[in-house]
Amino acid sequence: MAASYNAKEEDGHLSGSSGLGGTAIRTRKPDNTAFKQQRLPAWQPILTAGTVLPAFFVIGLIFIPIGIGLFVTSNNIKEIEIEYTGTERSSPCFNCSQNFSWNSTTPCKCVLSFFLDQPFESNVFMYYGLSNFYQNHRRYVKSRDDSQLNGDLNSLKDPSKECEPYRFNEKPIAPCGAIANSMFNDTLDLFYIDPNGTKNPIPLIKKGIAWWTDKHVKFRNPAGSNLTAVFRDTAKPVNWLKPVYELDTDSENNGFINEDFIVWMRTAALPTFRKLYRIIQKKNNMTPTLPRGNYTLEVTYNYPVRSFEGRKRMILSTISWMGGKNPFLGIAYITVGSICFFLGVVLLFIHHKYGNRNNSSDISN
Amino acid sequence: MTWTNPLTLLWQGWARHRDRDRPIRRVVSNLPFEDLKKRDQPNRQYEGNTIKTNKYTLWSFIPMNLFEQFHRMANVYFVGLAILNFVPVVNAFQPEVALIPICVILALTAVKDGWEDFRRYQSDQQLNNMPCFIFSRKQMRLVKRRWKDVRVGDFVRVLSNQIIPADILLLHTSDPNGVCHMETANLDGETNLKQRRVVPGFSTLGKPFQPQTFSSTVVCENPNNNLNVFKGYVERPDKRRTGFGIDSLLLRGCTVRNTDDAAGIVVYTGHETKSMLNNSGPRYKRSKIERKMNTDVLFCVLLLFFMCLIGALGHSIWLETFTTMPSYIVPDRNGNYTPSVLAGFYMFFTMIILLQVMIPVSLYVSIELVKMGQIFFITQDVELYDEELDSRVQCRALNITEDLGQIQYVFSDKTGTLTENKMVFRRCTILGTEYCHDENAARLAVVSGANEEEEDTLYQQTKLPPLFPLEELQDSHTGDKNHANTQVTAANRRRSRVAAGAQSDMAFSTPLETVVVPDRKLMLEVDRQMASILSGPYLDFFLALAICNTVVVSTVTAQRERVKGRSNSAYSGGSFHIMGQWFRKGSLRNIFSSMKFFKRGEDTLADPFAKDEDEPDMFHSSDVSDSTTGQKVISSESEVKRSLSGTEEVCYEAHSPDEAALIHAAKAYGFTMVERTPYYVTVKLPDDTLLKFEVLDVLTFDSTRRRMSIIVRHPHTNEIIMYTKGADSAIMERLGNVFSDMSQVDNVAKQIAVKTQKDLDMYARDGLRTLCFAKKVISEKEFKAWFAIRQEALSAIDEKEERLLDTATYIENNFTLLGATGIEDRLQESVPETIQALRRAGMQVWVLTGDKPETAINIAYSCKLLDHEDLVFTFSTNRKSVCKMRLEDTLGELRRSSLSPGAEVQFRGNNSAFTLMEHSIGLVIDGPTLSMAMSDDLVEQFVELCKHCRAVLCCRVTPLQKSSVVKLIRQKLRVMTLAIGDGANDVNMIQAADVGIGVSGQEGMQAVMASDFAITRFKHLQRLLLVHGHWCYSRLANMVIYFFYKNVAYVNLLFWYQFYCGFSATAMIDYWLMIFFNLLFTSAPPIMFGIMDKEVSDSTLLSLPELYKKGQHSEGYRRSTFWIAILDAFYQSLVCFFIPYWTYNGSDIGIFSFGTPMNTVSLFTIILHLAIEIKSWTVLHWVIMIGSVLVYFIVTLAYSAICTSCNPPSNPYWIMHKQMADPMFYLVCILTTVVALLPRYTLHVLRGTLAPSPHLSARQLERLPPSHREQRIREWRGLRDTCISPSLRSQEHSSSPCPSA
Repeated sequence: MAASYNAKEEDGHLSGSSGLGGTAIRTRKPDNTAFKQQRLPAWQPILTAGTVLPAFFVIGLIFIPIGIGLFVTSNNIKEIEIEYTGTERSSPCFNCSQNFSWNSTTPCKCVLSFFLDQPFESNVFMYYGLSNFYQNHRRYVKSRDDSQLNGDLNSLKDPSKECEPYRFNEKPIAPCGAIANSMFNDTLDLFYIDPNGTKNPIPLIKKGIAWWTDKHVKFRNPAGSNLTAVFRDTAKPVNWLKPVYELDTDSENNGFINEDFIVWMRTAALPTFRKLYRIIQKKNNMTPTLPRGNYTLEVTYNYPVRSFEGRKRMILSTISWMGGKNPFLGIAYITVGSICFFLGVVLLFIHHKYGNRNNSSDISN
Repeated sequence: MTWTNPLTLLWQGWARHRDRDRPIRRVVSNLPFEDLKKRDQPNRQYEGNTIKTNKYTLWSFIPMNLFEQFHRMANVYFVGLAILNFVPVVNAFQPEVALIPICVILALTAVKDGWEDFRRYQSDQQLNNMPCFIFSRKQMRLVKRRWKDVRVGDFVRVLSNQIIPADILLLHTSDPNGVCHMETANLDGETNLKQRRVVPGFSTLGKPFQPQTFSSTVVCENPNNNLNVFKGYVERPDKRRTGFGIDSLLLRGCTVRNTDDAAGIVVYTGHETKSMLNNSGPRYKRSKIERKMNTDVLFCVLLLFFMCLIGALGHSIWLETFTTMPSYIVPDRNGNYTPSVLAGFYMFFTMIILLQVMIPVSLYVSIELVKMGQIFFITQDVELYDEELDSRVQCRALNITEDLGQIQYVFSDKTGTLTENKMVFRRCTILGTEYCHDENAARLAVVSGANEEEEDTLYQQTKLPPLFPLEELQDSHTGDKNHANTQVTAANRRRSRVAAGAQSDMAFSTPLETVVVPDRKLMLEVDRQMASILSGPYLDFFLALAICNTVVVSTVTAQRERVKGRSNSAYSGGSFHIMGQWFRKGSLRNIFSSMKFFKRGEDTLADPFAKDEDEPDMFHSSDVSDSTTGQKVISSESEVKRSLSGTEEVCYEAHSPDEAALIHAAKAYGFTMVERTPYYVTVKLPDDTLLKFEVLDVLTFDSTRRRMSIIVRHPHTNEIIMYTKGADSAIMERLGNVFSDMSQVDNVAKQIAVKTQKDLDMYARDGLRTLCFAKKVISEKEFKAWFAIRQEALSAIDEKEERLLDTATYIENNFTLLGATGIEDRLQESVPETIQALRRAGMQVWVLTGDKPETAINIAYSCKLLDHEDLVFTFSTNRKSVCKMRLEDTLGELRRSSLSPGAEVQFRGNNSAFTLMEHSIGLVIDGPTLSMAMSDDLVEQFVELCKHCRAVLCCRVTPLQKSSVVKLIRQKLRVMTLAIGDGANDVNMIQAADVGIGVSGQEGMQAVMASDFAITRFKHLQRLLLVHGHWCYSRLANMVIYFFYKNVAYVNLLFWYQFYCGFSATAMIDYWLMIFFNLLFTSAPPIMFGIMDKEVSDSTLLSLPELYKKGQHSEGYRRSTFWIAILDAFYQSLVCFFIPYWTYNGSDIGIFSFGTPMNTVSLFTIILHLAIEIKSWTVLHWVIMIGSVLVYFIVTLAYSAICTSCNPPSNPYWIMHKQMADPMFYLVCILTTVVALLPRYTLHVLRGTLAPSPHLSARQLERLPPSHREQRIREWRGLRDTCISPSLRSQEHSSSPCPSA
């Protein structure tokens, strides 16, 4: 009660001083304002069939065309998937898949041929796809050191604890962590077989596959003119064949800013995923990027997936504004649009039958 | 709130232990020891006068506040989670980040607590540093010190209008009679002055106070919190003992009035004073919704447990599928893999961390905020503001606002709650002759009529003279000249009360009560007796009326001075002040000598028949010149002075309004009490002679005896006479057969008694409060013998009450009946309407009163609690078997009538406009019967009967019974109860009920202090419950449900993802964004929703009380509502997860790019879900809703632009920008939001069209033009009231069931 007791004291005090002015008797009357009296002008929607009918029709009418558009766009995207895991005996890569070790010095190569029955116009994106690979496992996801990748020298010498057990291999590991350690290391080469049988290698561009911000801001090599010198006191990840400064000969694509590496480091959301591997650029308007015909895919088979029953794929795809081929969104839009439209019809019926009883008579009379 | 830290508690415990050895406190003067060191001081063990109500000091704030906060379950849960984050095996992403939510919540609460504590500290400081005068031996005079310097044993002098710094035993006053007046408004809100007197033997008249001669020891009881009991004695050096009681104690916090100075020895200080011991902190109750919510939180815990279990099992099984470990499974630092079972076990805890938001801990903070907002709006309601008392509705309990919307049973006190508690003298019976006071009744009719209509105009027409010259004066001085004239309608309804209430707190002195028009016949009778002799039954009757009370006389100046002291301590017009001083001294001392002066004034009062009744001077003022000039504007102070001194303006300060009414009635017949001291009562007779009675003893009123007596010595006859007044039963059974040898006289006495009893019954039937008056002449010898025993009892410490009671009952017998009075207690305005509305809202209204059944029933009829067509059962018996039989009979009858449909139909057929039979049953039960009915074997039947009754009226119940009735109903029927009352006798009941409401009225503030909400008029209950209660309930219920939904919907997104990441507890949403999501992006809208949503407007709620039933039946928040919300949350989270999932499945999307659209979609869904629920959109709603979305985008964009390598592993750099550049992102967002909300939206639409709830219909009504609306509302009511045809009812089954259903 102290509070109220004291409050009274205060009250007496206050009124004492204010009474002196004599202009107004102090009153505790609340202000008669719209806010305090909860009388602010308000919009009070009432959800009845009559009032929301148009909304349903509008949604239906907007969604169905969008859905159709999406569906058509998706269908126009050309995509081909070549699986080269080599689980079946018939598969050319069967042998490679059987005898595996992370650090075998002699690469195992296998060649797959496929036929493209439709020419791929415009730029073609070449992906590798893995399935059943849980790049999103909690401990896997956090097993990296972003400041090391950002070129921080301290982190280079002493990687984050999160990288355990891929943190030190006598010397600090660069790049540390499980993600880097398990980097995809198959090499894929594509050849076009001329109708006359000659094997033409298709130029694959390996730059521009990572996000621009990743390449230029997030990933940076440690300061130093010579990469080899910079990484001298570090060890390569256990599973890697080459150290990080030998990922590429091009100094713009070597070390931490190697784009294949950057792409791998952006961990996939779902266990079945694809990652951009190369881009096949459109030559000119006259010839398609990949004409109809026979192709061979040469795989330098390094990456083991048997332990988790994974699958490896090579995907060639053109892309549109909506990304890769996926009919789902278009179908979903069409379905939802139709449902809304149907509900609109039902509501119209209901409104006609019951709505009048409730409101229209009230309002019209 | 008195809070003491553990150390002081320990110290106090020890001190108390020491005190227990001596159950009494011995206090000696500090003066002889003034220069000694502290350890030599005799009173050193008593606490100082410093008060400290703040809990914390600067250094102890953080640990202590944290310690207190961890008493809450929710916080413990949160801390447990935070600690779990630091356990390595659970693999938390960033343990530090997990601390943020708990820190924010703790910090918010700490800031709030700290601020409150600081305010307490400030006010403590202010009090501790107030000045006071302490006697110093060294300087031989009073020195100015501060309150905190006061110690037990000091001598303190308090001047007029000063606040008393500690509990002081009064030893000296400037008053010749040794009295001191004290205003206890600060303590209990009672505005009448209390008289205190010097400890007998210490009032040295006229001499200055000499504390240095005080050598006695004061022995008194240890500190306790009883404001009305204090006992002890003063032991002089020669071992003589003088007893004293509460009437010699000046209480800390009270103000000295009417007395130039008072002095005494300090007995209790600081926290040991009675006022501080009475300080109890604000009450914390737990509301019904909160109780329900807590069980639902447990459901959430259960849900969380299951989800974590699924995660743990899933993870184990997933790990089992691998024969060799793939490269993406990370071994521990030694390169070993955890066995799958153990990994699953760890995963359980990791899952808890991931899904922790499932338990809506922020809900508790949000609810507190929402309730603060709701209370703000309740107290701001201008309709609940009382202009007369200048007070708003007070919310004393901070966390049960929504309980107001769920009340099912209302228990109301009668006096002061339903009625004004402004007693008006109506009629009396003397010696068996009834005087009906028709003229007075006529006057009251005029006043009350005007009350309802245009009283102000009436007053203006009659040109009322200034009733309260002082208030007018005050008005003109404060510049608000228009106070009485401009605020015409509401402010002037009881014009005089405005003046009296707002300005001077003058107790019980409106003209309505103070002015009594004498009955002609009675007046003649009195005149006749006056003319012949100076004694006689009529004279005795009026003398009893005038002196048998505890009313204190104060003069207008005293009143004025109080006004001055209150409003302006440094008044600019100094002359005014001086004049007041002069008059105060002058009036009290000289008033009796200036007889001539009174003669003139008295004429007008004594002979009122010379003038017309509506003549203004009838109303009060006796200054003839004033009354003829009409509405006089006081222009100068000299004139004021004349008008002041010209009026014989005695003001009576009565403890109870009954006494005020009686003394004014006596005054009307010319018997004016002009002075009361502890030793004398002076009464002026109609012929202007003054009778100065010596008061020998006063036997004060108590509820056991139910009467009070005063023993006086008649100045002329020297007889010792005891005048007694009391309840009729308390007097009638003690009427003596004094003249038993003279059978004839006995017969006459008997006849008088019988006649009086008849009249009393008649009064009671008319709803009047009755009091009997009796006298007894005591012989000198008898008195002396009795007085000795009495004195002994008075100075006793043990069993003092019992002994006093014994002595009182010993002397109070063999009365001679003088007569009886009937006092009317008028109903408050709009009481019948309010009761009707409450009842239409489905509430059962019970009235519990201490009055006699007849009076209570009458009031019950007049306030529409009972209807004349009602079937009223009256239970009043002294035998339990009878009670049992009646209960069984009645129940059987009721069961038969309600079970057999034939009877019902027949009943309806007979009276189709009538509601169901069970609705017209009233029960009247009196106290003794009630206690029998509530005994263990009958209680079930009684409760069953009560369930059938529309109205229950309990008469003659004690405060304890009131509370046990409330408890009984609350426990047996499991209903929400509300108790409303105004007096100390309602405190138990108010505390027993779920919601206690105090009416701040005439009977002090005890009820208000004990209450959860305090209002000023009964009619405010209607708005408080039907509007605010309903709003608060539906707002809070909706908000709580929404909160559960929100958390579950969001958390489930993460859960579904677990199926695609090997149950490894990965989150695809950045950790910071997850925290912000709850803390920042989606916290404001639901809080605003909880404070401001308005489903139905107040006017509609008031005109359709039936809408209240939603809260009563807990329709806003049921278990089913909760589960529907949870199901909806599951559905929405499925949609929010799987539409993006299928869209991005198989693509090259990264984890956190995948999470971004989900997070965004969730935000949209959650915000728009609320948008569907919001019933009324004001500007604020738009701002907050759109603001929340904007804040989300701004914060996310900024965050993902800045954070290059921070916050691993999510590393949100540029993710949001990248997503927002992708059209797919928008397409996914739009589609998902639509799909997620479609079912709820459609359901709302269908329900709104096919089966509109009453609330929806009410909202539709609001759209109609006013005239049309009225008609519809009437139709609606008609439909609801006559729920006759079953077919109609079945049609309406979806809407609120009829009261009969």
